[in-house]
Amino acid sequence: MADALHTLSAAELGRRLAAGTLTSRALCEALIARHQAVNDKVGAFTHLDQADVLAQADASDARRKAGQGRGPLEGIPVAIKDNIAVKGQPLTCSSKMLAPLVSPYDSYVAERLRAAGAILYGRLNMDEFAMGSSTENSALRKTFNPWDLARIPGGSSGGSAAALAAGLVPLSLGSDTGGSIRQPASHCGVVGLKPTYGLISRFGLVAFASSLDQIGPMARSVEDCELLLNALASADARDMTCFGPSDRTLAAAGDAKKLRIGIPKGFLGKGVAPEVAAAVNAAVEFYRAQGCAISEVELPSADLAVPTYYVVATAEASSNLGRYDGVRYGHRSAVAGTPVEMMTASRSEGFGPEVKRRILLGTFVLSAGYADAYYVRALRARAKIRAEYLAALAGVDVLLTPTVPTPAFKVGEKASDPLQLYLEDIFTIPANLAGLPAISVPCGKSGHLPVGFHLVGAPLSEVKLLAAGRLFEAAHGYAHQQAAL
Amino acid sequence: MSNVPPDWEVVIGLEVHVQLHTRAKVFASSPWGFGKEPNEQVDPVVLGLPGTLPVVNREAVEKSILFGLVVGAEIPERCAWDRKNYFYPDNPKNYQLTQKDFPVVVGGQVEIELPGASRNVMGEHKFIRIHHAHLEEDVGKLSHAGSGSLVDYNRAGVPLLEIVTEPDLRSSAEAEAFLRSLVAMLTQAGVADCDMEKGQLRCDCNVSVRRRGAEKLGTRTETKNLNSISSVRDTVIYETARQIRELEAGRSITQETRGWNAELARGYVLRDKEDAHDYRYFPDPDIPTLKISRETVTRLAKQVPENLYDRQRRYVEKLGLPYTAASVLVNDRALAEWFEAAVAAHPANPSGIANLVANDLLRDLAASAGAAGAFDEAAPAPVSLASCPIKPAQLAGLVKLTDDGVISKQQAKEVFAEMFKTGQDAAAIVDAKGLRQNSDTGELEKIVQEVIADPAVAKSIAEYRAGNEKAINALKGPIMKRTQGKANPVLIDQLLRKFLG
Repeated sequence: MADALHTLSAAELGRRLAAGTLTSRALCEALIARHQAVNDKVGAFTHLDQADVLAQADASDARRKAGQGRGPLEGIPVAIKDNIAVKGQPLTCSSKMLAPLVSPYDSYVAERLRAAGAILYGRLNMDEFAMGSSTENSALRKTFNPWDLARIPGGSSGGSAAALAAGLVPLSLGSDTGGSIRQPASHCGVVGLKPTYGLISRFGLVAFASSLDQIGPMARSVEDCELLLNALASADARDMTCFGPSDRTLAAAGDAKKLRIGIPKGFLGKGVAPEVAAAVNAAVEFYRAQGCAISEVELPSADLAVPTYYVVATAEASSNLGRYDGVRYGHRSAVAGTPVEMMTASRSEGFGPEVKRRILLGTFVLSAGYADAYYVRALRARAKIRAEYLAALAGVDVLLTPTVPTPAFKVGEKASDPLQLYLEDIFTIPANLAGLPAISVPCGKSGHLPVGFHLVGAPLSEVKLLAAGRLFEAAHGYAHQQAAL
Repeated sequence: MSNVPPDWEVVIGLEVHVQLHTRAKVFASSPWGFGKEPNEQVDPVVLGLPGTLPVVNREAVEKSILFGLVVGAEIPERCAWDRKNYFYPDNPKNYQLTQKDFPVVVGGQVEIELPGASRNVMGEHKFIRIHHAHLEEDVGKLSHAGSGSLVDYNRAGVPLLEIVTEPDLRSSAEAEAFLRSLVAMLTQAGVADCDMEKGQLRCDCNVSVRRRGAEKLGTRTETKNLNSISSVRDTVIYETARQIRELEAGRSITQETRGWNAELARGYVLRDKEDAHDYRYFPDPDIPTLKISRETVTRLAKQVPENLYDRQRRYVEKLGLPYTAASVLVNDRALAEWFEAAVAAHPANPSGIANLVANDLLRDLAASAGAAGAFDEAAPAPVSLASCPIKPAQLAGLVKLTDDGVISKQQAKEVFAEMFKTGQDAAAIVDAKGLRQNSDTGELEKIVQEVIADPAVAKSIAEYRAGNEKAINALKGPIMKRTQGKANPVLIDQLLRKFLG
């Protein structure tokens, strides 16, 4: 039954492809049909080149037939957030500024996916330049939460999460600077992993805040998420912040039932919706019942995370986004004048309001006379937060919190209140500031809206996080869940 | 030369931007070089395409360290890069990667030699301290064409070492001497080619004046982007005169950034302090702090060539060379090493070799190449020894033939010219031309005795024996005749005196 293919996991699709009961072409045709039926409602994709997808599928089927299959992802579509470069495909970052741009080169992750035989499947909507938590900041289109089309899917990787929840694709890539994989994963009821900073090369990821950005896998199950992670994580000399071949050894999973789980003091209190707290507490009780040691940990500087993040991230962004000036590529203003006037006009026209807000903030915190009070202090606070997290993680294996304090809000509800919107990331930001791996795993519903819990581990403890997630999902019915559309 | 009034003192500091001699750009794998079509030497990283990242070119870092070792600087355990943010179309990312707080080279000094009273006399030597040198990326080139602007990013990302001096220079002559010395050191170590015509060395020049004896430095101006040694010299002269004129008229000096119009030989204001950029420096998050291992430093230290002036002192003091020849040889490392190879083949007469190298060889090489001074109009351009038809051992052979009396000095000039033409050994030319003097004592003794026995010279012998020294010369003619003029005249004289004595 062809229309059921969109409900299957990547692992199951892989088994069928390997067994010869399914071809990549048949799979892609089914997903394209699903796309035509559903994408306009959800708005997850901004671009899908069907002819290119089918050509890739045929090439994959031919490889497999010739006995040259490239592994578990051979023939399986992976959709990609529109800030990750794929040669010959648009690279818009959902911005008017880059709307005309087609990437002339492949990112590291695109190369890895090709090497794994995966189908590079379409471009996913996002908040402009990954700045936002609702995907409402996209200049290209709106994306809606498949579980409630009046609500936001989260962001900035909103398209990546919504595409999974809507059954548009089995696997997707997002990027996470302050929670941009995990928060939409939580809101859409899917799994999202932000790896340790440096595990996956950022080469070809359009920079928002270079010291915080990481690409990560998203899927409808922990198993699928791990499948995708395994295809991506290796050394790359083109990113100097990426671990080298000798220092990227992942910690062993160990026995998930013996994990020591820390609950940060106060994190389940103020601002957390009761249904969210209940679902996360139920997850804690599940682990306790499995034999895990549960303890409370102190993270006294946690309150500094959001202000620290908005100084560090905007400072880096103000510089990273300097290159978009209409000179070499992207939007160029029709305003004539000196080169500098043209650059100014191009930037004024090309960027949306949230991006401008952050560029202004970042420019301010780096400017002479203010850098010490803001940027330099934020770096100190960041070091302190990292030290506290590492100290806490010396005593426990993982920290467990909600991923987001509240379920998905309505489209437009917080659009006029950026500060309120920034609090969406209060639980996810510290992992970016400290460079730690973190995962969001679905753990229940608040009414009809998904809720996820969040695990943070020590550097390179991805396998432990995934093992903990698998233990939970094996005992619950949230894996592979899709919204009815 | 400048005419600074005796009661004024000028204080100069230089920032010298040198393009390093590397295959690839400093943060990208794209190659670079002169004379390519616009935007031919670019790649996604150079163009700052979204998603691209810098990767530090190890060769550029090592060339920087090598420079540091050449000037006796400290090489820090680690260095780091910062972003200097400003908007201009020649800057592909609208920030420049540079080193603000942790440069690759700290300290060091450059020995300079001022012009002597004449060409044959060595001038005063001084040491100019280096504050630091940092490794950054060059920017593209913007040009204006008709109603629009064109930008070429071939130069963008070329490794640029900015060498910053302490304010130790006190005259335009010192600034000139410093740059000559620096260029010699950079080129001799293979750090940079310093071809000013290709923009490989550009200079920012900080000038202030003060009353002689005053401790406090005057307000300085910075003249940017000077692209020849003469422009630096002229800027110092111009700026010194301008500042003294202003101060003597009771006005003050504005701290400002200036430009230099070489055609008009005039400076002009670019911007004053109020318009100074806020570059919003911060540590580049894409490049982790780079550790410089001591093993690397030790390895590079072995590549440091002998210092220019240490070599000069050695040539004068140990080898006994005249200053003029020594100063010519040390200016060009390849030439100096060529000279030393020749000396190794014939250690007895370094001066004889030096004179041939510094005069005859250089002259003929320059004539055959038609070479003109490319980087510095006042100093000779390095000649290409690769195409030199004479090898060092061959030149040594020529000098040895002269020293041994096989040919005369006059004949040596003739043989040299033939060697330069054909590349043949001196001995082969001497034989082919039949220039070799007969120094076979046994053979000459026989001839001398035959001539003495000839009654035709009996009168001259009698006169000589009677005390007329000159009478001996009458016997030499017949001897030369019998040897077709090849008899070694020194040896004949000795033999005659022996047999007549």
